[in-house]
Amino acid sequence: MSDHLSKLEAQSVYILREAYREFKNLCMLWSIGKDSTVLLWLARKAFFGHVPIPLVHIDTHYKIPEMIKYRDRLALEWNLNMVYGENREALEHKLTFPDGKVDRIACCRNLKSEALKHTLSGGWPRYRMDHQQKKYVLDTNKEPYTGVIVGVRADEEGSRSKERYFSPRDINNEWDVGDQPPEFWNQFKTDFAPGTHVRVHPLLDWTELNIWEYIERENIPVVSLYFDQGKGKRYRSLGCYPCTKPVDSTANTVKEIIAELRRGKFANIAERSGRDQDKEDGGGLETLRRDGYM
Amino acid sequence: MIRTKKTAGDWKPCAVTGICDMTNRQRMNIVIVGHVDHGKSTVIGRLLADTGTLPQGKLEFVREMCRKNAKPFEYAFLLDALKDEQAQGITIDTARCFFKTRKRDYIIIDAPGHIEFLKNMITGAARAEAALLVIDAQEGIQENSKRHGHLVSMLGIKQVTVLVNKMDLVAYDKNVFGSRQSAYTDFLKQLNVVPVSFIPISAREGENITVLSGRMKWYKGHTLLEQLDEFEPEKILADKPFRFPVQDVYKFTQNNDDRRIIAGTVAAGSIKPGEEVVFLPSRKRAVIKTVEAFNEPPKLSAHAGDATGFTMATQVYVRPGELVVAATDPAPQVGSRFKANIFWMGRAPLIKNKVYKLKLAATRTTVRLVEITQTIDSSDLSIQEKKNQLDRHDVAECVLETAKPIVFDTAHDCETTGRFVIIDNYEIAGGGIILEASSVEGSILEEHIRQRENIWEKGLITSFRRSTKNGHQAKFIIFSGAVGVGKRAIAKKLEEELFAHYSNVYYLGIANIDRGLDADITGSRDNLEERIRRLGELARIMTDAGLIFITTIDNADDYDLEALKLLNEPNEIVVINVGENELSHFQVDLALPASVDPSRAVEQVIKMLKSKEVILEYYL
Ligand SMILES: Nc1nc2c(ncn2[C@@H]2O[C@H](COP(=O)(O)OP(=O)(O)O)[C@@H](O)[C@H]2O)c(=O)[nH]1
Repeated sequence: MSDHLSKLEAQSVYILREAYREFKNLCMLWSIGKDSTVLLWLARKAFFGHVPIPLVHIDTHYKIPEMIKYRDRLALEWNLNMVYGENREALEHKLTFPDGKVDRIACCRNLKSEALKHTLSGGWPRYRMDHQQKKYVLDTNKEPYTGVIVGVRADEEGSRSKERYFSPRDINNEWDVGDQPPEFWNQFKTDFAPGTHVRVHPLLDWTELNIWEYIERENIPVVSLYFDQGKGKRYRSLGCYPCTKPVDSTANTVKEIIAELRRGKFANIAERSGRDQDKEDGGGLETLRRDGYM
Repeated sequence: MIRTKKTAGDWKPCAVTGICDMTNRQRMNIVIVGHVDHGKSTVIGRLLADTGTLPQGKLEFVREMCRKNAKPFEYAFLLDALKDEQAQGITIDTARCFFKTRKRDYIIIDAPGHIEFLKNMITGAARAEAALLVIDAQEGIQENSKRHGHLVSMLGIKQVTVLVNKMDLVAYDKNVFGSRQSAYTDFLKQLNVVPVSFIPISAREGENITVLSGRMKWYKGHTLLEQLDEFEPEKILADKPFRFPVQDVYKFTQNNDDRRIIAGTVAAGSIKPGEEVVFLPSRKRAVIKTVEAFNEPPKLSAHAGDATGFTMATQVYVRPGELVVAATDPAPQVGSRFKANIFWMGRAPLIKNKVYKLKLAATRTTVRLVEITQTIDSSDLSIQEKKNQLDRHDVAECVLETAKPIVFDTAHDCETTGRFVIIDNYEIAGGGIILEASSVEGSILEEHIRQRENIWEKGLITSFRRSTKNGHQAKFIIFSGAVGVGKRAIAKKLEEELFAHYSNVYYLGIANIDRGLDADITGSRDNLEERIRRLGELARIMTDAGLIFITTIDNADDYDLEALKLLNEPNEIVVINVGENELSHFQVDLALPASVDPSRAVEQVIKMLKSKEVILEYYL
């Protein structure tokens, strides 16, 4: 138990079990990226091979197709209770950045924040993987999720370094950064007034390097987009293809990515710098985040 | 965007030697606290600058800014500049700064010193393995220096180093340092805190930060940086008695999984398959069969810090919140009253006669304040006049009583099972460490019943006249057992059978209470005790009316039944268990198998009632 990965793992498992114990309507967001995939793996650790928590994916329909294929493959293989939601209306009316009707921030707000809010509340349709038919069907469960597990890390960017493991959101999904509950001795805020809900952050203490070290140790399957496919480019952070750019790198194995990070190749470049919405306005992500963006 | 973490430059020794092994690096959390203006931010700024941890060009940038605005340069501005970047204009919480030495990575948690930020300070400090307390050599020990010492002690941070800062202002005088050291040592001693070291520094001038000062040749100890590397990582409590709070019990049936796994994180000690354990407070015993894991070969043991799970050689039915201990280890305390040191952060005060929720390790229960034995002014540790309530930011020694007996250790013996938080109005409002078990001269419940019965107003009919007229005694009959064992069918049949023979009998469908009398109680799990209390009070009235009052309760435990028995006094209860008997010491009056035919069951119940003379032989 002395090595740092086992310590991080134990703490995350503890948090996941605590969330599972305390919240009746719990879900876990799965963006298909490396962090939330590690989170999913940790759930299998916590629950001894099972994942008794529904996984929610917000489909913007601009995800790189490989991501969706990978999602559905694992959903079937690992027997996941897989649910997705989307902003049908914005997509139909083409209120998106790629369609040229809105800027990047508004696009994110439409396709992610809004879609997320209404998928979590059960207000908009949810689609659930039917394991017999191997396809998605309309989910009959419309209950709001009151606990949402999210794979954010404190080292990702400024606003996230102030998160708690259990972080309350009010009825409007808003986050009061200035007045957060105390958290000590591994006791978290697990009591909530009706109408409020909580974000749970089991990966808060992990770094980008830890994530890759753990993927290597556990041999966790990740999307091949993270690796160089021979063109000297790979993705460091995954999002929608119109707004995500790969970085220059020839790393094509997990080991090589780890070596790259340890060498400090990206020491002065933010992990999400390939994500254009962060740059659009000064505190872009902060604004989105308060509105419930992950 | 430039971020502090990734921009960590090499600290010189790594660069010099070229061997800075980045694999499997240790990480340590250090909290830094101090009275406002004693130089905390300057110390951090210095550390970052002198270890080359600042983002490229940051130092020059801040110097340039100062020059432009004709302000003297401050190392503290470095921190402000970083914070702004991190904060993006929103309120700062406990900020974290990262830097590394050859030995390991550090997270310096900058805990806001002001009392208004107590919540944040505690959140930050509780994660720390060591603390740096900064005091001003010239000003000496201030109110907050003392308060912080107190909290560091309560939070259980064992390693403390005191930085006596601004030595330049006292001409690097050995005697000033000596007097600050002895005064603060005396103060901390009362809190059972023995600092690892005192270091005289000048953060502004960089004395004794990364290299030994030429201006304080009399000082022979470590520099601040050396001291950081000297701190020891949190001790793994492997040699302590085994303590395993049951966080949950899993039975996932998917893929024909038939394991029943007792899950949790080992708080102290270790255990191996084949060893016998005791569950407390239920006192059930079992032998560990396996240590479960996913994507790993089966484990041969589990140790402090492991988030793990066990299967048992024999099936035991236990609930989350119990504590597993090794049968051969010293036992923890089991009781409902204890003395604790409490710090209060709630907006509303902690008062008597109010029910709060308590969380201790995996246990959740309700708790009341019995007594405040002494309030301590944390700035001078003087004992204040007796208070009746704890106000925000108060620290006090109190006696608490839980609704049911719980299992605990003193914080001194085992931290995880010796400290707790108190929830008021959905918020963590206080934290406490257990000092000792308190003897109970009658629980709050017993006291309540004594008072209630003293002033119970009776009509003109005595219970004797009632039972004579009815031809049976008044009785509260409870069917207990797991969900789905057929309790309700038997209970209803019994009501019908007794009714047919002129008994005054009433069957209460327990769910009716949920929707009526208990409709205001939300959150089913934690408020079980309040539900039990109301049911018991209701039974008291029903039996006073001379009825045979019948109901069913799912999964009642020993303490639920004991509480109901008390609440129903002076009348008596009869308990009939159906199916697996999960009770450990409560004696049931009759045990029936699960799914027994209701008519056959009722025959047995009637026989038992007759033998107890609840109903008379000739009536049936
Ligand atoms: N003379 C002197 N002044 C110092 C020293 N360390 C800090 N200060 C000054 O004390 C003031 C408060 O320091 P700061 O680090 O902001 O204190 P904080 O409130 O504890 O973070 C600033 O004006 C600093 O320049 C020191 O070692 N010597």
